[in-house]
Amino acid sequence: MAESMLHIQKLCAYYGDFQALFDLDMHVNQGEVVAIIGANAAGKTTLMRSIAGLSGDQSKKIYYRGERIGALRADQVAGKGIALVPEGRQLFSSLTVEENLIIGGQIGRKGMWSLPAVYQLFPVLEERRAILATELSGGQQQMAAIARALMANPKLILFDEISLGLAPVVIKTIYDALPIIIREGVSVMIVEQDISKALQFSSRFYCLQKGRVALEGLSKTAQRDDISRAYFGVH
Amino acid sequence: MDWINAIIQGILLGGLYALFAAGLSLIFGVMRLVNIAHGDLIVLAAYLGLSTVILLGVHPFLALLVVIPLMALIGYALQRGILNKTLGDDILPPLLVTFGLSVIIQNALLEIYSADPQKMNVGALETASLSVMDLSLGVLPLMTFVIAVVIVAALHWMFYHTALGRAFRAVSDNQDIAQLMGLNRRHIFGLAMALSLAVTAVAGLMLGVRTNFDPSIGGARLIFGFEAVIIGGLGNLWGTLIGGVILGVAQTIGAQINPGWQLLAGHLTFLVILTIRPRGLFPRMTG
Repeated sequence: MAESMLHIQKLCAYYGDFQALFDLDMHVNQGEVVAIIGANAAGKTTLMRSIAGLSGDQSKKIYYRGERIGALRADQVAGKGIALVPEGRQLFSSLTVEENLIIGGQIGRKGMWSLPAVYQLFPVLEERRAILATELSGGQQQMAAIARALMANPKLILFDEISLGLAPVVIKTIYDALPIIIREGVSVMIVEQDISKALQFSSRFYCLQKGRVALEGLSKTAQRDDISRAYFGVH
Repeated sequence: MDWINAIIQGILLGGLYALFAAGLSLIFGVMRLVNIAHGDLIVLAAYLGLSTVILLGVHPFLALLVVIPLMALIGYALQRGILNKTLGDDILPPLLVTFGLSVIIQNALLEIYSADPQKMNVGALETASLSVMDLSLGVLPLMTFVIAVVIVAALHWMFYHTALGRAFRAVSDNQDIAQLMGLNRRHIFGLAMALSLAVTAVAGLMLGVRTNFDPSIGGARLIFGFEAVIIGGLGNLWGTLIGGVILGVAQTIGAQINPGWQLLAGHLTFLVILTIRPRGLFPRMTG
């Protein structure tokens, strides 16, 4: 068995007063792409925020490369090498494109990613580096958000809704970049609405339903009927 | 000529108000904190200046070398120790806590320094003036104005051209996402308050060499600072300077009409601008 990058044990999390996750068990191996699928309000974003340290709950049992990170603040989790590309891009609106990228890299982790490297990955960002990030198109903003995460040279990247609301041509650009991103043994967790895309690009998947893992397995051998049942909760 | 004189004196007075306001503007911009104790912190800085002058026997301007780092340190400790705990979705806790702080500072100053008015002496500089055409410009007010412009320019430059400024803007835009970039917002907020009170140190010292001060005058300085920030538009430092100038000019023109109308004219101008432009003249952000 490959070395475990991320290990989550019995994770419970709340969204306000509402319990969003119930006893979730999950793991991501080194260099693996794991897809998280599930309907709206299944708890996918809450899961991402919990891993990234934005949930405030310090008792959670989340282990990263064998070390417990459940009690760390988000900035400390980021320092360990976990990056989140948040849902809706959430670039800094008063910073230019390039400033957004620089602030992504200011954590100072060493690795293959730098300004020239991310500009090579998404050349359009270099052309538009001096404008405010909010003036980019939606697709370019997603590229900027991914580039900003890469600048931290993470070992585990969490993509929340990687393709939601994007044009097909942009989605293709972003998925084309994925093999380059994982080349260096980086592990990836992807939340994706498009189930066929999710299965095509991942090695394993978890299907969440109302805060619980309804189905998990290898993406290659996944049965669409099983997924439909797990996804919608139809029995 | 009297009117031109009033306007020029008002512009220079506006420099002092901009100094009062710059620190308020900065921390509101970074963390949406409305610091009710700001005026009393200005007075605290004036007293720290006074103590430095007395204990070390130095010139008041040299006392800045002690008071600026001291106020910055107080700012960082205050933010990390107390104010960070009050920040959240609810805007009431920071208002209440800084109001309490205001009361505490005022009474502590009263206990230590008594209610007697104090002043720092800068000798001949106090009455020195330059004659420009038929106008007589006080050197001290002119210095205050120049210092205000330099400080606002420096803060503006820092905001847009340094890593710290970038971090301030990022945290201001989105605290959660800034945390994901490895920025510890508690520390960034601490630095913002340190910078704010460093500016406040200068404001307090200029106040203390220009006029008499006693522990009770913080409230009025807070009002002037607030009015300058709001006239200029929230989160815009140059706007704050212009807001200070508008307030200063309104006051001196009011005083020119009738000496009793100085404060009234300032407040009325503020209210008129607030009515016409509720977000101020040059807003950079929404509240």
